[in-house]
Amino acid sequence: MGWYFRALSKRRIIEFVLLTVFAVFFAGPLLNLAVLAFSDQWRYPDMLPQHWSLRWWSFVLGQDDIAKSIGLSFLIATIVTALSIVLCIPAAYAFARIRFPLKKVFLFSFLLTHAFPKMGLYVSIAVLFYQVGLMNTLLGVVLIHMINVLMFMTWIPTAAFRNVQAAQEESARDVGASPFRVFRSITLPLAMPGILVASVFTFLNSLDEAQGTFLVGIPDFKTMPIVMYSIISDFPSSAGAVFSIILTAPTLILLLAAQRLVSAEVLSSGFQVK
Amino acid sequence: MSIQLAVRNMTKRYKTGEGVTGINLEIKKGELVTLLGPSGCGKTTVLRSIGGFLEPDSGDILIEGHSVISLPPEKRPTSMVFQSYNLWPHMSIFDNLAFGLKIRRTPKAEIQSAVSDVLKLVRLPGSEKKLPGQLSGGQQQRIALARSLLLKPAVLLLDEPFSALDAKLRHEMREELREIQAQTGLTMVFVTHDQEEALSLSDRIVVMNHGHVEQIAEPQQIYNQPESLYVAQFIGKMNFLQGVVSEGSIHVGHLKLPNEKQLSGQVKVAVRPEDVNLNPSADGGNGQTLPGAIRQIMILGHYAEVSVELDDLAMIRTFQSKEAVQLLKTGQRVHVNFASTLAFPTQ
Repeated sequence: MGWYFRALSKRRIIEFVLLTVFAVFFAGPLLNLAVLAFSDQWRYPDMLPQHWSLRWWSFVLGQDDIAKSIGLSFLIATIVTALSIVLCIPAAYAFARIRFPLKKVFLFSFLLTHAFPKMGLYVSIAVLFYQVGLMNTLLGVVLIHMINVLMFMTWIPTAAFRNVQAAQEESARDVGASPFRVFRSITLPLAMPGILVASVFTFLNSLDEAQGTFLVGIPDFKTMPIVMYSIISDFPSSAGAVFSIILTAPTLILLLAAQRLVSAEVLSSGFQVK
Repeated sequence: MSIQLAVRNMTKRYKTGEGVTGINLEIKKGELVTLLGPSGCGKTTVLRSIGGFLEPDSGDILIEGHSVISLPPEKRPTSMVFQSYNLWPHMSIFDNLAFGLKIRRTPKAEIQSAVSDVLKLVRLPGSEKKLPGQLSGGQQQRIALARSLLLKPAVLLLDEPFSALDAKLRHEMREELREIQAQTGLTMVFVTHDQEEALSLSDRIVVMNHGHVEQIAEPQQIYNQPESLYVAQFIGKMNFLQGVVSEGSIHVGHLKLPNEKQLSGQVKVAVRPEDVNLNPSADGGNGQTLPGAIRQIMILGHYAEVSVELDDLAMIRTFQSKEAVQLLKTGQRVHVNFASTLAFPTQ
């Protein structure tokens, strides 16, 4: 071992240490969570639990409202993603290709929903929802979720559409494609990575949303994060850990899938807003 | 031969003040015509208007006798090869080439054979399954050319197609394009700012400057008989001397030159470097030479460029054979006369 470290430059060692710190920082809590989920008894100062068990898994999965909440969460996330694609993709195309007055202002206005404390925004929306009867409805919850994702869902595809060179569309017109055919065969496929990234973000964001759902959806629309709160407060931490893993799994799966489809570079370039 | 493409009195002005005015062109079937000029002269504006990507302010464009001015690009019988290739990176070479044919609902078997034929024509057989990103710049431009050729356009438009390629490849592509033109008999309009490219490729050259046409003629004529001072200085190397008209002839120093164009007052006299004769000995006897001194000799392989400072006049460049230049040295007094000259009014 000694020869290996001696062969390393000082810079390399610093890099190595930093990397380790980061790895512990990110993976440590997850590892702890995983161990906690399978433990029955785990007391300080032992490194590992005294007793392992699957008790809390059967407990959590045995709860009726939990199974229901998982289904509900995925239903809502799907609706939110589908609706925001329908709404935001045409808007993104317009921002990228069409010149209209105050374009920059409109594009920037999507930041507004993120500029104020969320709770304040939700409370004022809740007041509005009361008046129009949207409290405790599926539509109300979907709308609250969409407010969160409008920005990503417009900005990222806008950048994606902008990255499709107008000249590439021109050459398609040149060989005989109508404007609609150009959009379908050239523009949309070339912008697809950005749109996919935005959709994945939207889906995950909706799965994760708790504050707004809590305010608007209670008592009938308890999504996973809402149920999570009650589990954490009512049961031992192992139950919370089990539920966290269930909540994290779809995120991980979707992110891995997204990563297979698009490189991290494309992912980050999706954020370039010109 | 019939007129394949006609541009009639076309004008297009941009807000920036640039654009083209009063463009008139007639291009015969099977002709390769180059639009030549510096950047910003409007040559691309003319080409893009023919392709349908720009809407002229006024004038008309006719292809095979029919006006196409109101048609969008996809309805015009033209096809364009772009400077930046513009292949679609998410499609294979086959799909790139077949796209236009699929839109035209060509039967599958026909598409297959047409694609493989055109790939042979551009010397890239068997590359159907590759993606554009796997090809070099020259290969991508060949595919772009093939994509246009497949559609058998009435007029093929080429917008500086080889300017992104290196010099050697550019040369090769030029020859290939000439060959393809001979094989297909397509009518082509080629935009370039490279006069060598224009001179070597074209049946006729349209020299453009500041949004209007300076001259339309065959390459040799453009070189030998430039109609304007602009064309004279833009094409090839040229010496300019100040002259003045009196008693029916043009006087440069004590040299008398014929005034063929019936000019008057101050004129610019233009002489090609290869038309300058150097005489190391004294005056030829008839008074028809100008005295000067050699300032610089540059050996350029099979010939040499000799700069001569004419007494009380300008510096001129001459081309001399490598044998002749051995008898010369810098500082030497010489007499020059001109085998042929051109004269232009000074603006």
